[in-house]
Amino acid sequence: MTARASSLAGIAVVLAIGLAVLVLTPRLFELDVVLNVTVYMIMAVLALSLGLIWGFGGILCFGQSAFFGLGAYTYAIAVMNMGESTLPLVLSVVVPAVFAALLGYFIFYGRISDVYLGVITLTVTLILFNSVNSTAGPEFHIGSARLGGFNGIPGIPALNVPFFKDWQVDLEGMFYLATASLLLVYVALRALLASRFGRVIVAIRENEGRAQLLGYDPRVYKLATFVIGAAIAGYAGCLFANWGNFVSPTIFGLAQSAQIIIWVIVGGRGTLVGPIVGCIGIQWLTAALGANAPSETAGWAALVGNVPLILGAILIGFVLLVPKGILPTLGDLAAQLTPRRAKAAR
Amino acid sequence: MDLVALLAIQVLYAIASLALISVGLAIIFGMMKVINLAHGEFLMLGGYAAIEANRYGINIWIAMLVVAPLVVGAIGAIVERTIIRWLYGRMIDTMLATWGLSLFLVGLTTAVFGNTTVGLSAPLGSFEIGSYRVSAYTLFVIAVAFVTLGGVLAMLRFTRLGLVARGAMQNANMAAALGVNPNRVYSVTFAAGAALTGLAGGVLAPVSGVFPTIGVAYVAKSFITVIGGGAAIVTGTATASALFGAVNQLATYATTPVFGEVALLAAAIVLIRLLPQGITGRFFRRSL
Repeated sequence: MTARASSLAGIAVVLAIGLAVLVLTPRLFELDVVLNVTVYMIMAVLALSLGLIWGFGGILCFGQSAFFGLGAYTYAIAVMNMGESTLPLVLSVVVPAVFAALLGYFIFYGRISDVYLGVITLTVTLILFNSVNSTAGPEFHIGSARLGGFNGIPGIPALNVPFFKDWQVDLEGMFYLATASLLLVYVALRALLASRFGRVIVAIRENEGRAQLLGYDPRVYKLATFVIGAAIAGYAGCLFANWGNFVSPTIFGLAQSAQIIIWVIVGGRGTLVGPIVGCIGIQWLTAALGANAPSETAGWAALVGNVPLILGAILIGFVLLVPKGILPTLGDLAAQLTPRRAKAAR
Repeated sequence: MDLVALLAIQVLYAIASLALISVGLAIIFGMMKVINLAHGEFLMLGGYAAIEANRYGINIWIAMLVVAPLVVGAIGAIVERTIIRWLYGRMIDTMLATWGLSLFLVGLTTAVFGNTTVGLSAPLGSFEIGSYRVSAYTLFVIAVAFVTLGGVLAMLRFTRLGLVARGAMQNANMAAALGVNPNRVYSVTFAAGAALTGLAGGVLAPVSGVFPTIGVAYVAKSFITVIGGGAAIVTGTATASALFGAVNQLATYATTPVFGEVALLAAAIVLIRLLPQGITGRFFRRSL
C-alpha cells in the first residue's frame, strides 16, 4: 500500500468508527450515557485543537483553556443579548481567534522561545481566570448578561437551527451535533495537514532554521497554526456552554489546561487520533474513579478517587516512560513486528 | 505622611515576599535550566511543615525557619533522584513532569490534610504609624528576604561550594574533568533551591494560611519574577521583584487586590516582550 492509500484508509476507519458511534449510541444507551458521551466528544474537539498546535506546530500552549473559556463566555454573553444563536456561534469562534492573533503576534514576532511561550500562555490564562472570577457583583455585566464572577453564568439559551429561533437543539440533538463536529474537525485537520500549509508547519517543527532558509517565514506559519487552534478551541467552548447551559471561570483554570495537555501527551503528539483517544480514555477513567470513591472517604479510597493525584501520576509516568504517547508507541511496536512477519510470509 | 510611610512598608513587603517565593526557583532554573512547575506546591508543603511542627509543640520560630526548609529540602532531594534526574536537557519534558508532580502533590495533601485552610497566628504583634496599625511580622518578612538574598549571594560568591556549583553550571564537562561530580552538584542545587522554597512557604504561612491548592497563587508570580529577572540569580530576582512588587502593590492600592495581580502579570508579559533575556540580560550583566 502506498503512503497515500494507507492514510486514506486510516481516515476511512476513523470515519467508520465515528459514524457507528454517531448512529448507535442513542439507540443502544439511555439518555444519561448519551449526555456523558456528548461531553467526551466536545472535549475531544478541544483535544484536537491542542493536538494540532502542539503535536504538529510544535507550540506548547499551556493556556489552551483560555481560548476554550473565551469561546464559552463569548457564546453565553452574545446569545443572552441577542436571543438568537447564529451570530453568537460565529462570534464564539472569531473572538478567541482574534485574541490568539494578538497574543500570538506578540509571542511569535517577539521571537519568544518555547519555554517563555509556556509561561506567557500560563500567565494569560491566570489573568483571565482572576479577572472573570472577580466579577461577581451586579455592576459587571455586558448588555443584559451578568458575568456572575465565580458563580458563573447559568441558564444559557441553547443553539438553534441558524436563523430559526424556535428550532432549538435538544439534548439528543446536542449529541449528534458534538459527534458530527468532532468528525468534521478531524477530517478538516487531516486535509489541512495534507496540504502545503500542513507540510510547512511540520517542517518548521522539525527544524525552524532550515525551513526559514528555504524561504518560509516561521512566524507567519506559527501564528496561523496558533489562530486555527484557538478557533477550534473556541468552537469547543461554545458547544460546552450549550451542553450544560452553564459556564463558570473554572474552565479557564489551570486544572483544565493541565487536562488538555495530559490528553494529548497520553494519546500521542503528532497524531490526530491520539488526542481523541487520550481525551476520551482519561475522561472515562476519571469519571469511573470519581464515581467509585467519593473524595470525602478516608484511607486508600481517598487516594484512588482523588482525580488530581491520579492525573498527576499519569502525567509523570507518561513523561518518564512513554514520552511519545500510546498511539505512536503502538505504531512503533507494530512497525518492529511487521517486517518480520513479511519475511516469514515470503 | 503616615499614609506614605504605610504605603512604603506595603510596597517593600510586596517586593520582599515576591523575592522570597522566587529565589528558590531562581536557583533551580538559573543554575540547572530546569523548570519546576511544582514550585508552588513546594511552598505549600513548607507551610504545612511549619504548621504541623508547631502543632506538635515545636517553637514557632524553629518550625518556620528550620523544620520547613529541612522537610522541603528532603522532598526536593527525593524528587530530583526519582524524576528530574532522568530529564536533564529536556526542558519541556521537565516542565510537564513537574506539572504532573504538582497535581500529584495537590491530590496527596488534599487526601491527608483535607481541603480546608489551616493557619498559624503571626507572632510579634503590631506597632503604630500615626493612626495606622502595622503588623510587626511584615518587617520580619522583609528582613528574612534580605538575609536570604544576601546569604545566597555570599554563598555563590565566596564559598568553595558556590564556586563548584557555578563551574558545574557553566560547563559540566569541564567541571567533571577537574574532578567535580556534576550529578552531585545538581542534586545539592535542587535540594538547596527546594529548601529555600520551603523556608519561604514556612515564613509566609502565618500571613496567608495554607490550603492544598495555594500553590497556583504562587507559581505564576514566581515564574515571571525569575524569567523577568534573567540569568543572574540574586540580582535578577531582586530587580524583578522590585519592579513587579511595586507595580502589584501600587495597582492594588489604586484599585483592588485582584487587579493588582492582573497588573503584575500584564507588566510581566510586556517586560518579557521588551527584554526576552530578562532584566539582567540587558543590565547588570556581570552580576550574580
